[in-house]
Amino acid sequence: MELEKFKYDNKIVKWFTYATLFWGLVGMLAGLLAALELVFPVLNLEIPYTTFGRVRPVHTNAVIFAFVGNGIFMGVYYSLQRLLKTRMFSDFLSKIHFWGWQLIIVLAAISLFLGYSTGKEYAELEWPLDILITLVWVVFGWNMFGTILRRRERHLYVAIWFYIATFVTVAMLHIVNSIEIPVSFWKSYSWYAGVQDALVQWWYGHNAVAFFLTTPYLGLMYYFVPKAANRPVYSYRLSIIHFWALIFIYIWAGPHHLLYTAVPDWAQSLGVVFSVMLIAPSWGGMINGLLTLRGAWDKVREDVVLKFLVVAITAYGMATFEGPMLSLKNVNAISHFTDWTIAHVHVGALGWNGFLTFGVIYWLIPKMFRTQLYSKKLANMHFWIGTLGIVLYAVPLYWAGIMQSLMWKEFTPEGQLKWQFMDTVTKMAPFYAARAIGGTLFLVGAVMMAYNIIKTVKQGSFVAEEEAEAAALTKEYHAHGKDHWHRWIERKPIQLMIVSLVVVAVGGIIEFVPTFLVKSNIPTISSVKPYTPLELQGRDIYVREGCYTCHSQMVRPFRSETSRYGEYSKAGEFVYDHPFQWGSKRTGPDLARLGGKYPDSWHYNHMLDPGSMSPNSIMPPYPWLLEDQIDVSSTVSKIKAMKRLGVPYPEGYEEIAANDMEKQANEIAANLKKDGIQTLADREIVALIAYLQRLGKDIKGEKSTNK
Amino acid sequence: MKFINYLESITGIGIYPLISLIIFFGFFTVVGIFVIKGRKEYFEYLRNIPINNQNDQL
Repeated sequence: MELEKFKYDNKIVKWFTYATLFWGLVGMLAGLLAALELVFPVLNLEIPYTTFGRVRPVHTNAVIFAFVGNGIFMGVYYSLQRLLKTRMFSDFLSKIHFWGWQLIIVLAAISLFLGYSTGKEYAELEWPLDILITLVWVVFGWNMFGTILRRRERHLYVAIWFYIATFVTVAMLHIVNSIEIPVSFWKSYSWYAGVQDALVQWWYGHNAVAFFLTTPYLGLMYYFVPKAANRPVYSYRLSIIHFWALIFIYIWAGPHHLLYTAVPDWAQSLGVVFSVMLIAPSWGGMINGLLTLRGAWDKVREDVVLKFLVVAITAYGMATFEGPMLSLKNVNAISHFTDWTIAHVHVGALGWNGFLTFGVIYWLIPKMFRTQLYSKKLANMHFWIGTLGIVLYAVPLYWAGIMQSLMWKEFTPEGQLKWQFMDTVTKMAPFYAARAIGGTLFLVGAVMMAYNIIKTVKQGSFVAEEEAEAAALTKEYHAHGKDHWHRWIERKPIQLMIVSLVVVAVGGIIEFVPTFLVKSNIPTISSVKPYTPLELQGRDIYVREGCYTCHSQMVRPFRSETSRYGEYSKAGEFVYDHPFQWGSKRTGPDLARLGGKYPDSWHYNHMLDPGSMSPNSIMPPYPWLLEDQIDVSSTVSKIKAMKRLGVPYPEGYEEIAANDMEKQANEIAANLKKDGIQTLADREIVALIAYLQRLGKDIKGEKSTNK
Repeated sequence: MKFINYLESITGIGIYPLISLIIFFGFFTVVGIFVIKGRKEYFEYLRNIPINNQNDQL
């Protein structure tokens, strides 16, 4: 058989590797800043751009989409070419993909710092960026499928299945969750409201973990672990079951983020059942990865790459055991809204994604530069300091999370709540400090790696075009021995993609359709009315400042919560909430029943200096809200957009909304004046106060009319 | 509200659990059969793809 000569494109792999390293450092630094802000609130600097509510989305987006995103592309572009024995389909598309993705990252960082946010976790980017992401993602898929169709290896290795499932599922998740009505160039409202928005968001949020942080990295595991250990994967049969079971089950598990919330009970149960089932494929994958090293454990002692990979796979195993445990309703009742969740995701992010990326980079760079790693000693130090960092990060937060939750739930023998919320916050300080130290160690390790890689690159000579040869595929397929029916899908990437899409679409459809179509899933409450224009503006400020990163708006039906906050939250209360703002973490207290709890002046002073109203508060001050004017000009388009989403404002209301807004603002300004606070009625603080004072009021109104 | 209320409000609900069961059972049976009946040489070939690139220089 005649061998064809061709060249692998290493340049694109190199670029993605550099981008991974660079954005990794940036993302971790943002995370460290956010962590330190919880210990030293002064670091919020009293300016909008550096407050926690904006830094946190920058951190999460940077780590997920910039660090891990580039890491995925680095690994895919390297392994895909070699597994298929062909060059990438188009150098031009590779370039567009690379620069397009970096452009998105830069624009994302700028827009998040500026407060352009949709208010949906890990999907904060506004609609122009959503479109840009879609386009660049299509370029990635086009390039990948072009490569697959031109391959010289007939069979698609299991890693490629994971890449294909990643591509198709992320596309589906991103598009469905990003459906929104633009109000202006940098502002939009989610198409979904309340319970539906929550279900769609966590279907997305959970599967961003599944199909952005997990499946592509499992693909990398199936390629790079055998490569680094120089032995084939433990069981190919297991990898097939792993793949299908994982993508089939993962997609259903989203509602476990919404246990005990106002989401219908059957959806919560569905989420729990599938989450528990997820242990099987996850551990199947972990075992397959670790057992690949059977008989080669002596190598792990010598080879720093294998050390990183082993810890990564182990961290994956721990996180995927913990995940189903956290999905059990009785465990979730304790863990939800606490730092336990933060510890959990960081075992995944630092351990699984971080260490796998580091291992792959330590392996790739010397290969592509035809040299040895500059310093093995330094890499070993990185390994140990990184591992220590993970432990120091996670353990204090586990402790703190459980402690805080138990404090929230503790009653005195007389039946009173034992602790003020603030008591639980002050108790967190040492744990937050320890976490920041753990994070610092991890970052120091990454800096050492960057230095090591720079030195390695300098001493090596880069092979941009790597020569290779392989036989072209023959038109006629001759099976190895007896033909097998599974080849229908095995060798057909398009079929594989379609079947994957069907498999992942089933779960989403079954979860959403009933909540969208069956009215009784969200019983309406007649006293729940749309927001006034001023409240709507205030709500947008709430979203802009990322208040949801620390405050929930969801009282769960527990005695400890109804005693502390008031009546538990009902599905019907959120029907005009585009987007929903239930939150996922209570660094501060729940706000669902905040309205009317304090006078307007309390909020005014609290936003200016939180410590003055609640001593020991770690909330950042928001002095600019007192200065900045409300963007009155946007009111008309905002009301119009809400009407298009089905919010029942009266006919032509947008024309008179400004009057209503002024009237309500003047009332609040007059209220403040009574308490000795002089402010103009057109300041943002007034709108925010209007919104905060509205929270939970509708239900209170209904109760009084019922009596 | 009890779970049953949601179920009863869907027309033709009886068929859904049956379909779910069939999808689940069918799906994993098919994957299971494939994996069990697959030929050893075939899987051997597949699992060696990543490390069988003897033509590669690296």
